[in-house]
Amino acid sequence: MTTSIDMVLIVDLVLLTLLCLTALAIMLVRHLFAVVALTGAFSLLSAGLLVTLDAVDVAFTEAAVGAGISTVLMLGTLALTRRREARSPKLSPIGLIIIFFTGATLIYATPDMPKFGAADSPGLVHIVPSYIEGSENDIAVPNIVTAILASYRGYDTLGEVAVIFTAGMGVIILLGRRREDEYGYSEESAAFPLRSLASDDETGKDKS
Amino acid sequence: MIDALISHYNYWLIIILMMLGLYVVVSRGNLVKKIVGLNIFQTSVFLLYISLGKVTGGTAPILTGKPEAFSNPLPHVLILTAIVVGIATTSLGLALVVRIRESYGTIEEDDILIAERSEDASKINGGSG
Repeated sequence: MTTSIDMVLIVDLVLLTLLCLTALAIMLVRHLFAVVALTGAFSLLSAGLLVTLDAVDVAFTEAAVGAGISTVLMLGTLALTRRREARSPKLSPIGLIIIFFTGATLIYATPDMPKFGAADSPGLVHIVPSYIEGSENDIAVPNIVTAILASYRGYDTLGEVAVIFTAGMGVIILLGRRREDEYGYSEESAAFPLRSLASDDETGKDKS
Repeated sequence: MIDALISHYNYWLIIILMMLGLYVVVSRGNLVKKIVGLNIFQTSVFLLYISLGKVTGGTAPILTGKPEAFSNPLPHVLILTAIVVGIATTSLGLALVVRIRESYGTIEEDDILIAERSEDASKINGGSG
């Protein structure tokens, strides 16, 4: 039993240290393509850490969404913008003061938190036992996380859908308008070439 | 002291990770890098929540019919929601970056501020003259 706990501790420490090193590398590297690749690695490492913390559902969501979708979105952004940071990273005194103050405050607060791995932590004794019992007897879904997500806290998931919808609308409003690059090519002119010929003088006015 | 170290080292390392993310957000002028910093911060908050629910000797919260100790499933549910909301806000932020690049021709904060100031100045001059 003790050896298994030690193994968990070692894997935990190694993964957390690797995460910190990856974050440092992200901070220091100037090439944004490398930064995005490191972000993917960061998400993968955190997914591994989540598995050791027993959160398997969260781990594969993180691996799919963090290492997958978010990397693709960032690469797409890089294709539309620049590949390199213009300025070399320099030490920011204000930033250092902020993180030392905030970090010290947070670490000062940790002794009040339940011990890592404690079975009697307040979060476990209040409502969770009834959820576990209920997912066995009432909902009959073996995965307790699924039972809570879709049933007990279904409104949270509904709110999440509303947030995704709002964000999607925002992206469409920001980027979905008619565009024209330096060669006068726009999506509209590709779809309706005659119309764009007819309104050539108008677009010329827009450009000036 | 050793006891405190073993029972809280996880939180401390996660807080260090969080501060690294915050430092990237505060100190770097490149907007894509700022968003990456926000992602680091966000992921470390997820890890903090999940490690609060960890039970030593517990298993993933899936019923197998055998009596056993589970880790707390409630933080898992909240963080599942948070990951998806996180990717939604990230995509909105990246769309803003693309739009800023279209308008200002740069994604560096300093250059954007300079461009804004010169724009304002030319507007004032144009109005008076």
